[in-house]
Amino acid sequence: MTAAALLAALVLAAPAPASEGRALYEEGCVECHGLSREGVDGIGPSLQNVSQGTVDFYLSTGRMPLDKPGNQPLRRKPIYPPEQIAALVAYLGSDEPIPHPDPARGDVARGFKLYTEWCAGCHQVVARGGAMPRALIPPLLEATPTQIAEAVRSGPWAMPRFDAEQLDDRQLNDVIRYILYARDPDDRGGWSLGNVGPIPEGMVAWLLAGIALVLVARVIGKRLER
Amino acid sequence: MRRWLIALFVYLVAKRKRQPVFDEHGRIVEPKPPSPRAELLVVALLGAAAALAFAFVVVYATNANTQLFGLTLGGSLACLCAASVVTAKKLLPDEEDEEEYSAPAHPEEVEEIERLLDESGQTITRSRLLKLAAGGAGAALGAALVVPAFSVGPVLDTDRLFRTPWRSGRRLVDAQGRPIRVDEITERSFVTAFPEGADHKLIGSPVVVVRVPVKELDLPPGREDWAPDGRVAYSKICTHAGCAVSLYRSPNFAPQSPKRALVCPCHYSTFDVARGADVIFGPAGRPLPQLPLRVDDEGHLVAGGDFSEGVGPSWWGARQR
Amino acid sequence: MIRRLVRFLDERTGQAPLVRKLLRYVFPDHWSFLLGEIALYCFVILVATGIYLTLFFEPSLAQTTYRGSYEPLRGATVSHAFRSTMDISFQVKAGLLLRQTHHWAADVFLVAITLHVLRVFFTGAYRKPRDLIYYVGVALVVLAVLEGFLGSSLVDDLMSGMGLAIAYSVAMSIPVVGGNIALAIWGAPFPGAEEFSQRIYILHVLLFPVTIGLLIAAHLGFLVMRHHTQFLQRRETEQRVVGVPLWPGYVPRTLGVFFGTAAVLFLLGGLVQINPIWEWGPFETGLSTNGAQPDWYLGWLIGALRVMPGFDVTIGDVTLIPNAFWGGAFFPLLVFGFLFLWPTIERRATGDHAWHNLLDRPRDNPWRTAVGAGFFTWVALVFFAGSADRVFLQVGIPYTWQIWTFRVALFVMPLVVARLAYVVAREFAASELHPLREPVATVVRRTPTGGFQAEDGPSGQD
Repeated sequence: MTAAALLAALVLAAPAPASEGRALYEEGCVECHGLSREGVDGIGPSLQNVSQGTVDFYLSTGRMPLDKPGNQPLRRKPIYPPEQIAALVAYLGSDEPIPHPDPARGDVARGFKLYTEWCAGCHQVVARGGAMPRALIPPLLEATPTQIAEAVRSGPWAMPRFDAEQLDDRQLNDVIRYILYARDPDDRGGWSLGNVGPIPEGMVAWLLAGIALVLVARVIGKRLER
Repeated sequence: MRRWLIALFVYLVAKRKRQPVFDEHGRIVEPKPPSPRAELLVVALLGAAAALAFAFVVVYATNANTQLFGLTLGGSLACLCAASVVTAKKLLPDEEDEEEYSAPAHPEEVEEIERLLDESGQTITRSRLLKLAAGGAGAALGAALVVPAFSVGPVLDTDRLFRTPWRSGRRLVDAQGRPIRVDEITERSFVTAFPEGADHKLIGSPVVVVRVPVKELDLPPGREDWAPDGRVAYSKICTHAGCAVSLYRSPNFAPQSPKRALVCPCHYSTFDVARGADVIFGPAGRPLPQLPLRVDDEGHLVAGGDFSEGVGPSWWGARQR
Repeated sequence: MIRRLVRFLDERTGQAPLVRKLLRYVFPDHWSFLLGEIALYCFVILVATGIYLTLFFEPSLAQTTYRGSYEPLRGATVSHAFRSTMDISFQVKAGLLLRQTHHWAADVFLVAITLHVLRVFFTGAYRKPRDLIYYVGVALVVLAVLEGFLGSSLVDDLMSGMGLAIAYSVAMSIPVVGGNIALAIWGAPFPGAEEFSQRIYILHVLLFPVTIGLLIAAHLGFLVMRHHTQFLQRRETEQRVVGVPLWPGYVPRTLGVFFGTAAVLFLLGGLVQINPIWEWGPFETGLSTNGAQPDWYLGWLIGALRVMPGFDVTIGDVTLIPNAFWGGAFFPLLVFGFLFLWPTIERRATGDHAWHNLLDRPRDNPWRTAVGAGFFTWVALVFFAGSADRVFLQVGIPYTWQIWTFRVALFVMPLVVARLAYVVAREFAASELHPLREPVATVVRRTPTGGFQAEDGPSGQD
């Protein structure tokens, strides 16, 4: 979290030379996004007017470059080291800077309410991720506050975009504060089972309790002899 | 604690010594050689059960931790389970007994019961008329007793299922009650709105508002002026099973991302927002009802009237409005 | 001392002969006969923990502000039902233990019931004269499922609210009168009138438990009247029941089952979190979460609702059969209808109207085993279809593929499994080979006097 914030500050303070970004772009991105970032028909979108946050989100979460156009971009280890990401952000990003959320100033209760209204439908109420036809919805356990803010403001892949009119920066801080809380919520009931509710609970009922009780029955009752 | 255990043990040992009360012949329960080791084991298990149950009390009095509660109480019960099993298997006679199954049938008694009922009715001459009268009385009383059930709800007033708080000119507000301006609804954004001043919890209240490029819009006939600049509003309540349709698939690059659609998280009914929320996947049987939208003089979104169809899950009359 | 007490009671009741007989009532001994007993003890624990919870729970949908100790909900507008359940979990000492144990007991109750139903089905225990017991049993399954659903619906958290929305939709989907029925139950269009929470509360804490209790009494009463079934082993016949007498043999055994069940439930209740409503938050009509699921015993209904292709049956503007009817009402009707009708179907098909006190092993009746295997595979597939979304997220198999696979498998797999079960049962019957046992073995029994005596092995019996 702080690392990402620091990185963002660095990027602002000393933009990496655009030439380095250009070189990296021509090496790794042109195939799908075109020589002059105009996009390739049916393969990859134009990058001529994307915010710095968008570029940083896709690269810092390892979602780009894709193995194959058409795949859903999913989180993995970033291909580029932070300096190169900064260079690409400087080269590709528009004037719209990377957002700087400050979840420490957010309120977890307000955040929970806002998260339930805006995010839980897809990302699940405890941020464990979810599904819909033809799209996986990632859990938010690893996303940094900056990445969350970038995603909210830019709407990567099939996610809707939320502008300041819908969620202002203060509310965004609240939401991120809640997401950080939800990573390690108050599981006072014991083993959390992944905080996704009845499916793992049913597995425990069958595989733990069910088997234990069948064993009790087998100890007490006889087996068939004949 | 240890002294108690010893006392208990001594007591049990002493008790055992007093045993053979009945003589060996004419016994009911089969004899079994004593097993002092099993007895000791049972005593130990009962002791452990007592100790854990006591620990539960201590936990209650001190730190009230749910996991410690479970461990102590569950552990105590587990010890009792083990003690019971050892008692059954090692201490008490492990006998097998047998009995006869009860007789399959009692034809004599059955016949007698039949005769008893038959004979008691032989004084009656107009039995059919009597049966009819009794049946009539029973049915009428039954009806009288059932009628109050109609008070439990507006059972016959199915018009209520169509009622929503939306009226022409009513502003759309967000969950906090702030009116929504038309320019807030940009392409790829996704907003839940409610009728201004109405109860948000009514099934007819929540709508989702999204924006579709006008050239892609293909609404059913008669809805040409329902979508100012491609802004469409649909009931947020799924027509399949009543959940809130709170997933919006909003592709940032149409050729490679899945199609723009609203999705219900309960059974994944998928609605095409550009085409009047037509069902493109999943079990829903009809589109989400559409709310006509207009823009008022101040640039706020307002309803242009009520929904295109009955809101909420489908029922017999859902399409009749 | 004992004699004085017994004499005292006998002289006032005259029932010593009955008690004398009951004390030697025999229980045929096989581990699978204890599954129903586990279910019974789950019910006992459900009642006990449930009574405790009623001391704190407030079944009201009236709104209030949460001011308890759970930070992320502080200041939230919630119902008294939700608030009081939060207090049970956070304020009441040992409240969370009892709440979680209650919920686990409901889940395990239905696990035990399911295993018990499978045992009864595959051994033919439902045959005359125990078909009446079986019908009562199937009615108990229906009631147990509904009772569990009512219980989780009381709390008014996000998950239970979504569940109620689905229940409302299924009620609405009943042809012709669905709208009227839903209005009668809810008292108003969803989320319903204020009285609704009182209604499901009284159903959950009084009417259903009492009915279940009475039916359990009938289930056991009829059983005692006709005695237990038994496997044919040595001395068992259709006329003679062999087993462990109630006293002294069976009492410590059944105590062991009781304490074992209670131990598992309280250990789960203390150590494994279930339905953490503080993490779900309160429900509102316009809210939902991804991955919402009912408790496992309703998983087959969410699966049925999900695999149905999307259509309503309509004539003009009349919606004859709304889609939710198929998965939510028709499918469970089919399943329970089959279970209710099965004894009759079997009697008709086999012409076997005889009395049966001896059980079949699955291999003894390959035809029944095949039907049962196919039927329960069908139900299990629908059940697993209900978690396809989570499988997509965890394993990556696309949701739409899975749904289409299930749609096909629902027609194919039951037949395949039935055929396979038939062949396997025939094989086992032919070779008289127990799957987990050596083909030839010698059973050494300990005689009452402490010696050992060898008996013929299983191969020498039939």
